[in-house]
Amino acid sequence: MDWGTLQAILGGVNKHSTSIGKIWLTIMFIFRVMILVVAAEEVWGDEQNDFVCNTLQPGCKNVCYDHFFPISHIRLWALQLIFVSTPALLVAMHVAYRRHEKKKQFRKGGQTCEFKDIEEIKSQRFHIQGPLWWTYTSSIFFRLIFEALFMYAFYFMYNGFRMPRLVKCNAWPCPNTVDCFVSRPTEKTVFTIFMIAVSGICILLNVAEFCYLLIKVFLKKPVFFFF
Amino acid sequence: MNWSWLQELLSGVNKYSTAFGRIWLSVVIVFRFLVYVVAAERVWSDDQRDFECNTRQPGCSNVCYDHFFPVSHIRLWALQLILVTCPSLLVVMHVAYREAKQRKCREAEGENCRRLYPDPGKKRGGLWWTYLLSLVFKVAVDVTFLYIFHRLYPNFNLPRVVRCTEAPCPNTVDCFIARPTEKKLFTYFMVATATLCILLNLCEMTYLVAKRCWELAARRQGREQLSKPTGCHHCAQQKNQGLSTSSSGQAPFRSVPLYRGEGAASEGRRGSYLISVHSLSLAQTPSTSANFSPASFPAD
Repeated sequence: MDWGTLQAILGGVNKHSTSIGKIWLTIMFIFRVMILVVAAEEVWGDEQNDFVCNTLQPGCKNVCYDHFFPISHIRLWALQLIFVSTPALLVAMHVAYRRHEKKKQFRKGGQTCEFKDIEEIKSQRFHIQGPLWWTYTSSIFFRLIFEALFMYAFYFMYNGFRMPRLVKCNAWPCPNTVDCFVSRPTEKTVFTIFMIAVSGICILLNVAEFCYLLIKVFLKKPVFFFF
Repeated sequence: MNWSWLQELLSGVNKYSTAFGRIWLSVVIVFRFLVYVVAAERVWSDDQRDFECNTRQPGCSNVCYDHFFPVSHIRLWALQLILVTCPSLLVVMHVAYREAKQRKCREAEGENCRRLYPDPGKKRGGLWWTYLLSLVFKVAVDVTFLYIFHRLYPNFNLPRVVRCTEAPCPNTVDCFIARPTEKKLFTYFMVATATLCILLNLCEMTYLVAKRCWELAARRQGREQLSKPTGCHHCAQQKNQGLSTSSSGQAPFRSVPLYRGEGAASEGRRGSYLISVHSLSLAQTPSTSANFSPASFPAD
């Protein structure tokens, strides 16, 4: 069980997404998950081991590391990717429910049934309209909320997106103020900016998809849609 | 063997679950398993190596770590995740048993063998009890592990420094835990998801029991309304073999069967479990997926 599980779950939703949604999904997996797994994790791999403080005081390094990095960038990104992908599960569940209803109808042998066999129902693509429109739009809305929340959490916790070379620590048991040095600060800054930039692009794509869905609906049924 | 083996097993369980069960499974896989594998395991990876005590006494660090972390969070969560998913396998095994029984009967008697279960995956009779029991076990496992966590790590708290007086440490020694804040956050997250899973299981249990009570009440009401008594086992069997017309003269309906003393509402419409004298067409082969439309089946 790893990121492939998430990919399998989201892959099923891809069929019923809009074009913008498909682009979003591609960017998610190539520029975020893959970069996280093959590159970012290596950069942050030795983060606590190579966090060095200018003291021999036992415990000072642990406490300073914990003070400046309450939750590691890597873990925050992993959580962000999981939470941002979760709303798509709503769409997957709704589609599964619609398929189940159609299978039931098919088995009853209704005259209005337009499918030849069960396999056709399984591979049918549902258009985003009616209740599915609401589910899909809600999922995009939640995605936006989660992305924004995590970006804010990053900014708040690390006072911006730059990784400093040196941090000054005076948490107990460190004697007075102690200089602590972060490992690979420049590489970490580059990756942080990259991941934030891709998050920004994903937010823009989600906003565009949201507007597209709204416009599509308002053009079709200007006033009567909500009644 | 790794977690993917368990994942494959669980995907088979999905077929026989209710809607609540599927939500529970999604929460477990996405918010518990996935978070555990991709994030939590890394946080605890340097647990003992970076547990530092303010002493040069050999063995003090080891003894203090063992005193404060008898079982690491990560191992407890691994056990919890394995045990919490096992009860679902009871349901899979019961369905497999039913299918094997039907297959054996068909092999023994050929085409003469009557259908023991129209749908082996439908939660009726023994399978309903197995499913309910699996929910009870899941709740019990999660509650037990939450209690164990609370006893081992009061309030699920991980302090930055712990004071250790175990031998061979001289007097009292300060020991510093690695990444306490990150560990605390993940602990709270895993406790929150476990609580959510408990609530989902309790909702599912309530839903199952309420649905069954509703069906039984409706059946009793329907029996009172029908002119002919339907309590007779043989009468019910005869009715089930044919179709009887309703008193209103509309399309046929299936009479109430008896299956090991339990009744089953015989409606095909989702959410409506009343036995009706009016017409409601029934699927001969009811759906195997979510338990939206219970169907009848002949008594043994």
